[in-house]
Amino acid sequence: MRLEARENTPLWLILLAPALAVLAALVLASGLIVWTGEPVLKAYGFLFNGAFGSRFALSETLARATPLMLTGLAAAVAFRARFWNIGGEGQLYCGALAATWLGTGLVDLSPALMIPLLFLAGALAGGLALLVPVLLKTRLKVDEVVTTLLLNFVILLFVNYLLEGPLKDPMSLGWPQAAPIIDNGLLPKLLPRTRLHAGFIVALVSATLVWLLMRYTVWGYEIRAVGLNPQAAAFAGIHINWTVLRVALLSGGLAGFAGITEVAGLKGYLTLDLSPGFGYAGIAVAMLANLHPLGVIASAIFLAGIYVGADSMSRGVNIPTYIADIIVATSVLAVLVSLMLTHYRVRLR
Amino acid sequence: MAILRLEGISKRFGSLLANDAISLSLERGEVLALLGENGAGKTTLMNILFGHYLADSGSIEVDGQALAPGATSAAIAAGIGMVHQHFTLAENLSVLDNIMLGTESLFAWRSNRRQARRRLLELAGRFAMQVVPDRMVADLSVGERQRVEILKVLFHDARILILDEPTAVLTPQEVEQLFATLSSMVEDGLSIIFISHKLHEILSISDRVVVLRRGAVVAETATADADRHSLAEMMVGRKVTRPTVQHLPPGDVVLEFDRVGVHARHGGGIALAELNLRVHANEIIGLAGVAGNGQLSLGKLLSGLLTPDSGRLKFCGTALQHFSPRRFIELGIGRIPEDRQVTGVVGDMNVWENAISEKLREVPFWRMRWLIDFKACRAYTRKLLEQFDVRCRSMEIPAKQLSGGNMQKLILARTLENKPKFIFANQPVRGLDEGAIAAVHENLLAAKRAGAGILLVSEDLDELFALADRIAVIYQGRISDSLAVQDLNFRDIGVMMAGDLGHARNLTADAPA
Repeated sequence: MRLEARENTPLWLILLAPALAVLAALVLASGLIVWTGEPVLKAYGFLFNGAFGSRFALSETLARATPLMLTGLAAAVAFRARFWNIGGEGQLYCGALAATWLGTGLVDLSPALMIPLLFLAGALAGGLALLVPVLLKTRLKVDEVVTTLLLNFVILLFVNYLLEGPLKDPMSLGWPQAAPIIDNGLLPKLLPRTRLHAGFIVALVSATLVWLLMRYTVWGYEIRAVGLNPQAAAFAGIHINWTVLRVALLSGGLAGFAGITEVAGLKGYLTLDLSPGFGYAGIAVAMLANLHPLGVIASAIFLAGIYVGADSMSRGVNIPTYIADIIVATSVLAVLVSLMLTHYRVRLR
Repeated sequence: MAILRLEGISKRFGSLLANDAISLSLERGEVLALLGENGAGKTTLMNILFGHYLADSGSIEVDGQALAPGATSAAIAAGIGMVHQHFTLAENLSVLDNIMLGTESLFAWRSNRRQARRRLLELAGRFAMQVVPDRMVADLSVGERQRVEILKVLFHDARILILDEPTAVLTPQEVEQLFATLSSMVEDGLSIIFISHKLHEILSISDRVVVLRRGAVVAETATADADRHSLAEMMVGRKVTRPTVQHLPPGDVVLEFDRVGVHARHGGGIALAELNLRVHANEIIGLAGVAGNGQLSLGKLLSGLLTPDSGRLKFCGTALQHFSPRRFIELGIGRIPEDRQVTGVVGDMNVWENAISEKLREVPFWRMRWLIDFKACRAYTRKLLEQFDVRCRSMEIPAKQLSGGNMQKLILARTLENKPKFIFANQPVRGLDEGAIAAVHENLLAAKRAGAGILLVSEDLDELFALADRIAVIYQGRISDSLAVQDLNFRDIGVMMAGDLGHARNLTADAPA
């Protein structure tokens, strides 16, 4: 068996490959389900119904997909420029902190002003969280993988301190949580009696705008050029450091958005378990989407569906929810393999 | 009896027939040259022979024994060794480690370095190749690395050596050394397939020439019966003549180096010191020199990527203050980079996206200050491709799919369309085939006639003598005075390339004023 480079890849293959990869991941994961002794199809039935089978299930999946889309976009944008931002989790909490600081009584405006203000502040906070790693990278060539990753822990511990101290809600009966966002700052619900909120629309619009930016603007051109070949980009007169800085602010800002949607949309107040690793899962979302901004929408909904559905699967048949992590991890690996197969042809001899 | 015989080898890639029923044989102790332009199918054929590719049809025999197709290990076991155009050495290992790599069992108790070292030195001694087993490959020059590649192949007991464009990265001196080595190998009974598109090399090293064109063998001849012109015609399929310079009265000074210096740590490891040089309008100055004598720093400096540490660089009479590629483009300084794939184009972006890359912030190509005007970009690119005869299936394909010649023509088009007053052309025809070389040269001469001053860096003296009005030499970061080509010959340039830059002064002193 050998691989041969393809001259060009047909569009149908580019679209079909990730779908087949996901299918392959589900088939592989079914081996583990068989091991538990439960019927595979029944288990996947529970998974699917729990994720998409009812109005409530769907609303839960889309609510879960909202922060994943935003952190996924954050990773996709940064990775496109070869800026390896692993700090989505920390930037998400920075956004959440900004929302808490402004949104719990410091400012009180009508919702039409208050909500955009929160998003703006969240984006700024998320972007600023990347400023130090960016400067260290562009000035001193410090590897941003290390700085952004480690900054996550710094930020998380800082949030921990704030929640135990200055930001602790006196009405919280001793729980480490911040005061709730005032009513004017809360994102409106999209469907009554569900947790799906307007943050989902923000995420969809963000994905579309990022796609338009990458495809139709001079900025997007520069970001792609810097990511694909920095040496040629510099030679053609593109300012590499400025481009990386812009990308970082955009990426951090998108992750900051995710903090806003979670605090002002889903939970209503800041806690330490606001994000079960959305920042890290965003990397998987971006990889699954092959860094395409519109693909991020689909891959975030898929990931959210697996996580939400796995809960109901574990209730219906006796399978631990960890199966969700396995399916997601296998999917990412399968998509990476399928990407290779879109570039190469397998020849059996 | 033939040591190697290829029968009816065919290979198709999609719509492209890369090899069309090729048959050839190699005698023991013979140097067979495989001549052909880029894309003629030489490399594909050798990859089939070495088992990297699987032929669609045909068979290979070594010493009368059929060779298992598609198995590199079988090819190695049969005594075939390949030295690739791009080296396959691990830079962070020593020479000895690189050579031993893959020769010992994974489960061996200990590696037998002492014996390997003895064998390596014995091989090096037999073919008079200098090598230090403990040096890191990263510290070696290109010529030395190639020696390691060849020794690696010999270490694997190769009896048939395939050299794929071995001279592409070598200086003239290193080429001579390589040829001496190859001659001693042939005397020792080894057989060599030498792949090249450089005619004078083939004439001086080979016994027999097989010419490939568009995937098929079009001619086979004893080297003794061939000459430069007949080979060129067989290779290209028609008569090709490279254009040569017409001297014009030089115009005003467009670029002047005034004691320009660059620290070693800013450039490519070689400092530039006290450069003084003037380039006039309507003039091509050729810069000769062995690679690694500061061309890298000079290239960065004249691309706008480096600010000089001392001295002044004057463009059309005013000293440049701000050094950046964008500023250079705005001023009308044209730049043709040394490595078109690494620096010239973004291979994964479209042809048209690469065509506009230097004009990203000019009016017709963007609207409302930040939207790209696709229509204007495509129209502009279409005009450019037509004007400069860049051939591609579509301007939507990634630039990396262009052939070397078309890629270079695209870069040339992008640069020349800007009507630059000064052009820095760094190795503009490296690795191109004859047709493309002629086109690039013709374009440079046209730019010169239109009033541009050109600094042409090349390691090929033939090219410099054909195109340049004056020639200067770079050695260890210093540049000699430039001299009119009429007053120069190869020998003088050679003396200067070897380090005696003052030789230029003697020549001007001798010449009648």
